[in-house]
Amino acid sequence: MDFASSDLGYGSGAPAAGHGSAGGYGTAGGYGPAGGGFPPPQAPQSPQVQPESVPGIPLGNGSAVSTKIVVAGGFGVGKTTFVKAVSEITPLTTEALMTQASSGVDDLSDTPDKRTTTVAMDFGRISLESDLVLYLFGTPGQQRFWFMWDDLVRGAIGAVVLADTRRLEDSFPALDYFEGGGLPFVVAVNQFDGAPRYSAEAVRDAMAIPEHVPVLICDARNRSSVVEALLALVTHALAMDDARG
Amino acid sequence: MKGMGVRGSDPGPAKRSIDDVRREPGGPRRTANRSARVRPYAITGGRTRFGHVLLVETLVSALNRPADPGSRGVPELEAICRLCRGHMRSIAEISALLRIPLGVVRVLVSDLADQGRIRVHGAHSSGTGATDATGASVTTGGTDRALLERVLGGLRKL
Repeated sequence: MDFASSDLGYGSGAPAAGHGSAGGYGTAGGYGPAGGGFPPPQAPQSPQVQPESVPGIPLGNGSAVSTKIVVAGGFGVGKTTFVKAVSEITPLTTEALMTQASSGVDDLSDTPDKRTTTVAMDFGRISLESDLVLYLFGTPGQQRFWFMWDDLVRGAIGAVVLADTRRLEDSFPALDYFEGGGLPFVVAVNQFDGAPRYSAEAVRDAMAIPEHVPVLICDARNRSSVVEALLALVTHALAMDDARG
Repeated sequence: MKGMGVRGSDPGPAKRSIDDVRREPGGPRRTANRSARVRPYAITGGRTRFGHVLLVETLVSALNRPADPGSRGVPELEAICRLCRGHMRSIAEISALLRIPLGVVRVLVSDLADQGRIRVHGAHSSGTGATDATGASVTTGGTDRALLERVLGGLRKL
């Protein structure tokens, strides 16, 4: 199976507009099968959040700029915890619809129809100034959804690659991705309780992280520790900008 | 439209009464084959027809402009306008709060922007603000230095 759609979740088969019914929007249950608009998601449904419970960005002086940092790493490495520690809103989950198209290798005998599946991404928000908003996006963990990262990282300041010392190899794919892409990134070792403790340099050796990439130890539950990791990334991005001239 | 085939003199055992059709969730039109009503969309590089760049973090806000007659009553468009009235929301927030997949939100917001009902605020400080048509720094990835320094200063104050 290959994923044919490279846009964030927009396959050619999903209905978008043109629903006949007026009103009835935003009822309990939200945008789901009851609305009939989209194929029922196959991934676990994210919890319903009432829109009014999440404040918007005040218009203030009329406009604002936004930017983002991507939080990557293997499944269960603490990406959502990291985002939650510093976000001003309870992290939200956005879903992207994928259209799967048969690659023709092992599925030729199968039905030719496309199937849709859903991929979830958690994100949080930090208003740094009245007109400057930083978003933190957790990448979908599974390797087969990587093509989405290209879209997700477009325009990003850079990435924080989280690692767990008990499962360093889970973060290798993310490292490979960012080492190849030219986007600034730092590696933050999420120090889980009870996990063996290693120095940042030992982790650098174990993961073969290049000298110029910062490696730090953090606690994804701790706000100031998370802010330190973000500061390390932005500082590194500025240094890379210097090096490029 | 088999869901509508209830007016014949002999519905036959396989056909449903209009009451059956009306009892379908979402009303009778929901039961019709929807495929003919799906418009194929493509937004190249996340850019709308008029050059708005819609990344997941791009902020938008609603403008006080009446709906186009053609799109009046499309509930998703109205819901997006309601959600973005009086403040800014990112594309990702709209997707999460209304539970509409990201790619679909992009399409709907670009429609609203083209209609003048939604203002697209500048993602990144490319200087030209709301309807930045150049977007060069956005599409090539990376962020300009002035913005990085502002973010650094903002994070230090947290």
